[in-house]
Amino acid sequence: MSSPTLPRPSRHRREDEFSGERHVYEPHTVGLPPLRSYVHELWRRREFAVELSRTKLREQHFDTALGQLWLVLNPMLLALVYFLLVDILRASGSHDGKFFAHLMAGLFAFYFIHNSITVGVKSVTKGGRLILNSAFPRALLPLSAVITAFMRFLPTIIVYAPVHIITGLPIGPHLLWTLPILALLILLACGLSMLVAAAQVYFRDLSSFLPYVLRIWLYISPVLYYAERVPDRYKFILDINPLGGLLTAWSDVLNRGHAPDPGSMLLGLAWGVGLFIVAGLFFMSREREFAVRL
Amino acid sequence: MSSLSVSERTAVNVESVSVTYRTSFERAPTLRSTMLRLGRRERVVREIEAVRNVTFDVPHGTVLGIVGANGAGKSTLVRTIAGILPPTAGRVEVHGRVSTLLALGVGFNRNLSGRDNVVLGGLAAGLKRGQLAEKYDDIVAFAELEEFMDMPMRTYSSGMYGRLAFSVAVNMEPDILLIDEALSVGDARFRRKSAEKMRELCGEDRTVVLVSHALGTIQELADQAIWMDKGEMRMWDDPESVINAYTEFLEVRQDAVTLEEM
Repeated sequence: MSSPTLPRPSRHRREDEFSGERHVYEPHTVGLPPLRSYVHELWRRREFAVELSRTKLREQHFDTALGQLWLVLNPMLLALVYFLLVDILRASGSHDGKFFAHLMAGLFAFYFIHNSITVGVKSVTKGGRLILNSAFPRALLPLSAVITAFMRFLPTIIVYAPVHIITGLPIGPHLLWTLPILALLILLACGLSMLVAAAQVYFRDLSSFLPYVLRIWLYISPVLYYAERVPDRYKFILDINPLGGLLTAWSDVLNRGHAPDPGSMLLGLAWGVGLFIVAGLFFMSREREFAVRL
Repeated sequence: MSSLSVSERTAVNVESVSVTYRTSFERAPTLRSTMLRLGRRERVVREIEAVRNVTFDVPHGTVLGIVGANGAGKSTLVRTIAGILPPTAGRVEVHGRVSTLLALGVGFNRNLSGRDNVVLGGLAAGLKRGQLAEKYDDIVAFAELEEFMDMPMRTYSSGMYGRLAFSVAVNMEPDILLIDEALSVGDARFRRKSAEKMRELCGEDRTVVLVSHALGTIQELADQAIWMDKGEMRMWDDPESVINAYTEFLEVRQDAVTLEEM
């Protein structure tokens, strides 16, 4: 901020903290907008992300009774389908009684990430007119997709809770570990959503590849099996899988009833924070181009 | 380039601004085509120098008209002032709250109702919910779309689209209003109404930057005008001289057709 400003006329002006009275637009250094004001503007418009997500959910009839029922039924059916699949493949009998709860918890967490990505991928390309018409931090669009995915994740907790209790899994303070894991999952979801949303601008067929990628990702994640059952020669997959550590920790807490192993938590922390930062910087460095690429 | 007396109260200050961007001229950029292209070692990215070293300022309460042929950089310039496209070089300084009415207007999701689109557009522009609620009735009343607000925007006619967009832009109580080729919306009555609203806004010490091919509108509303040509500013003067020079350049006489059409 240079150049002394003359006292601004205030006759009709409403001095609101949100009305952004003075804007300076200069070339972005190293392709990035000034971070502090970017984050400030982003936070100032958080209601926009919430409202965008709300209209999206309304489109999916989230606000009707049947729509909500579907939100509960859908994950339940999903869990049943995968349980049958895995159980038949396993020639039955090899699972302990806790397996269904493990599968369910893992599947629901996975689908939170899954939904963040599939909703997020088109968030920028579909926001075309809004992007062409007004200046706002574009990251709001993919972040709003994460809110949408999270709102769809919440009812799955209601589906999971009775299974947890009926299976007789331990309930205690160790369950608080789910909170930091969830926080890291959200961070990961934000990172991935921003990443695919920006990439979709350049590669419009990305959204049609994604279902395959996500399917493979589910199979290499410790959801349809316990992490410790992975043969040693495939253990590395859990390390290079961004969800490997987090889902292992998730199952440790929910299913095994103990604090997660620090290794998995650190791995999850590295992936969550790392991906969030890298994807966030990538998105911001690209977003100035969106208006001319759409 | 003539130098008009620079007011002390500048609303928009554009200082040797250049905007260059790279865009791909593929029909639909895809991963598949990129990989095929890499195999053939082709490049499809083109650099476009949309605005080149443009300097001007707009004092508060002034209406600035921008004229120029298609592709002269008018829209890019206005987008830069709006903060949508960052400049590649130079500096833009804007004092006051900006409201934009660029070619496409509101209605970014045609499946959402007019109400949802107005709310989302307002929130994206940085308004608070309460502030938006305050203005909502004015917006709807001005656009005369009371009974259509809860219908999806895909059911709107293009005139209704334009009316709503105009109404949103002017009712945001902007200090600076950026309008790109959008005054010619709606029927004759609404056009008159929007012209009146524009005059009213100009009288209230607000600043307007107006891009239009309708030279009559520029001549009537603007206090100053800029003529953009191939990314450069050819002229900055009072509207009459600019329009005269521009029409002379176009080798068309300034007759009624040029003034009224579009």
